[in-house]
Amino acid sequence: MYAFEIDRPTTLADAVKALGAEESQALGGGQTLIPALKARLAAPARLVALSGVDEIKGICTADDGALCIGGGTSHADVAKGAGAYPALASLAANIGDPAVRNRGTIGGSLANNDPSACYPAAVLASGATVVTTNRQIAADDFFDGMFATALEDGEIITEVRFPVPEKASYQKFDQPASRFALVGVFVAKYPDGVRVAVTGASEDGVFRWSEAEAALSSDFSAGAVEGLSLSGDGMISDLHGSGEYRAHLVGVMTRRAVAAAG
Amino acid sequence: MPEVSMTVNGKPAKGQIEGRTLLVEFIRDNLGLTGTHVGCDTSQCGACVVHVDGRAVKACTIFAAEAEGAEVKTIEGMAEPDGTMHPIQAAFQDHHGLQCGFCTPGMVMSAAALLAENPTPTEAEIRDYLEGNICRCTGYHNIVKAIMAASGQDVSRVAAE
Repeated sequence: MYAFEIDRPTTLADAVKALGAEESQALGGGQTLIPALKARLAAPARLVALSGVDEIKGICTADDGALCIGGGTSHADVAKGAGAYPALASLAANIGDPAVRNRGTIGGSLANNDPSACYPAAVLASGATVVTTNRQIAADDFFDGMFATALEDGEIITEVRFPVPEKASYQKFDQPASRFALVGVFVAKYPDGVRVAVTGASEDGVFRWSEAEAALSSDFSAGAVEGLSLSGDGMISDLHGSGEYRAHLVGVMTRRAVAAAG
Repeated sequence: MPEVSMTVNGKPAKGQIEGRTLLVEFIRDNLGLTGTHVGCDTSQCGACVVHVDGRAVKACTIFAAEAEGAEVKTIEGMAEPDGTMHPIQAAFQDHHGLQCGFCTPGMVMSAAALLAENPTPTEAEIRDYLEGNICRCTGYHNIVKAIMAASGQDVSRVAAE
């Protein structure tokens, strides 16, 4: 690792102030950023560790029924505390391994927007709202391609608000070495329609499969998406699987998610 | 150079660190507690698992500065002061849960975290919990058996000897 200074503020206000300095970068749980620093893929002058900021941790239910999760909440705490949204709790319980889940945070995962991460699929499929230190960002406006988001420099994710669906399931085809999704599909059924978000597949990062959403909104059954398929063009192709293979898996995992959601 | 202070195995510990000093480096190099191993240094293998405020974490993937004020427990903190092994350590010995022993500190710390959460895990739950702990010797069977035994469960039907 290149040398850097590290700040560990205990309030959000101090964290925002520290991030205002030149070449500062926020550190969430560090489960992605620390390995990246070791590989010298990033060279910030100063890291601002958010792990001491208790006011962005925790889970609660809003007056409108939405499940609100603080940006600094660990995957382990979401797995235990998001019982009101079982598909989301289950997603969190299957990220990485137990030690990683004790450190990694929802805000960190979303800000990083790894094209194979699990949380982006949940946020996009739920039409969640990402609340930051500056504003509220709708899920459809938040993700901006591989490792890119609408976040500006120094902006911290303080909370994510998930409308709780009638039915939902996340099905992840594990890449067993990294424990990321080779392909993951989150299906969520709301009174006004079904949303389907796919992670791990596209070179543009997480995306909504609108054709499947339309089919499932009129008939919420695995059979409704039986004949649908995606092209392998623009899909991630690497030693773990070709673009065509991933495109095929999207269909398989979508059907499994619908079946599991009931 | 900033200073960090924490409690390690019940004793106060402090030292000078750099921003980039990892918790595992602080534990091994500053405190001389070399029971915590660095296997991969990429958060894959779990040999460096310690407890920070009661939770299992990979000590190679947390900065020492982030453990400021924390209660840290390492493998050295598991046995009794008179040297009597912790029940999990004793079970690893009884059931041959180690061969070369390199992964063992992380395995024991992960096992302790599991049993604190789930005192009588099934074989499948143990295998699932050890997803982030890699052993290249044992094939895991005797590790799983040792953890089941440490939880007070019958192990006669578990995996192979």
